[in-house]
Amino acid sequence: MSTLERVAAALGGVAHQSLEMRDGCPSIRVSPEDVLAVMTALRERAGFDTNVFVTAIDRYPEEPRFTVVWAFLSTTHNDRVRVYTRVAGATPRVASVTGLWPGTAYSERECFDMFGIEFEGHQGLKRLLMPKDYDHFPLRKDFPHQGIEPDRLYRQWDTRRRERSPLRSESEA
Amino acid sequence: MGSLKPADGHASDTGFFVTQVDWVVNWGRKNSLWPMPLGLSCCGIELMAMIGPKFDIARFGAEAARFSPRQCDLMVVAGTLTWKMAEAARTIYDQMPDPKWVIAMGVCSSSGGMYDSYSVVQGVDMILPVDLYVPGCPPRPDAVIDAILKLQKKIERERPFQLLLEGDAFDEYDSGTKRFLRAPNHAVPTTRSHEVLPPAGPRERA
Ligand code: SF4
Repeated sequence: MSTLERVAAALGGVAHQSLEMRDGCPSIRVSPEDVLAVMTALRERAGFDTNVFVTAIDRYPEEPRFTVVWAFLSTTHNDRVRVYTRVAGATPRVASVTGLWPGTAYSERECFDMFGIEFEGHQGLKRLLMPKDYDHFPLRKDFPHQGIEPDRLYRQWDTRRRERSPLRSESEA
Repeated sequence: MGSLKPADGHASDTGFFVTQVDWVVNWGRKNSLWPMPLGLSCCGIELMAMIGPKFDIARFGAEAARFSPRQCDLMVVAGTLTWKMAEAARTIYDQMPDPKWVIAMGVCSSSGGMYDSYSVVQGVDMILPVDLYVPGCPPRPDAVIDAILKLQKKIERERPFQLLLEGDAFDEYDSGTKRFLRAPNHAVPTTRSHEVLPPAGPRERA
């Protein structure tokens, strides 16, 4: 039984847009609202027990703007599957799969940090690499590579630091 | 013997006693630099090589690397400084007791280097005053040792005793360029005796 057949059998009766081989890997295209149902079938019926990554592709200025991609690995069958969905740029929102694969929590946080995709149902979706109060999503195509005021948070901190130590404040202000 | 305080208050016209005290203090300072190795990425490996036995900065009295900033007076920023790390780097600098010097090792810490990016500080002189910039990606340990020798030359020209009489000279922050400039007392002269002029380019020859 090939991977494609196993995936197709597992997806029997579950709503999805397409299932085909792409680059030697079965790829499932789903609409955003069916994500959780498809994932549950993959986890429970096709034996995909490991999440490899969660990431996004920004197709700015196309609409729907983002493609969210998941890759899964089955350690018992030694094969992989890819799931993707298109979400709108204004409210990029998909269901979180942390309930099925707890390890996706970090990948989803990274994807949120870099693309601003909101994973509904994620416990504690916050910045992973960028500072806490950062207010841009750096991997979006409309973000300039030199950043928007990259030193803003540091300067804020620096102002507080100088207020705490008045000795040095006159010269460095 | 000159007087303790120069009569006309002019900076260069200090008495014999003051210059001799300066000389002794500087001699002590320059031969016992204690580096604070702020190894942030790949340059940190070259820094370790420099401290290790092969390049051996113990020959110049600077081998006592301490991981507490309270015990150091030479900060070597070796690596890519991100804006997220900048707060920590500045805190470490503030915790070092005066007098203190900073070497920006590698192009990353000198100017941001190849990381023309939203996350990388475009030169550590945006957050701290820097004495010496060492080019290279990474610089060879000999280049950093050369920087330490240049720093020793620079320390020789400082006037610590005079500072004591005249008050501290602060490092200036230029909010236009967002860069620190070293205080005048630490300034490097604009020409160096061993400076070699580059050969004339094709445009000048024609
Ligand atoms: S200058 Fe080069 S070697 Fe040094 S930290 Fe930057 S990238 Fe790494």
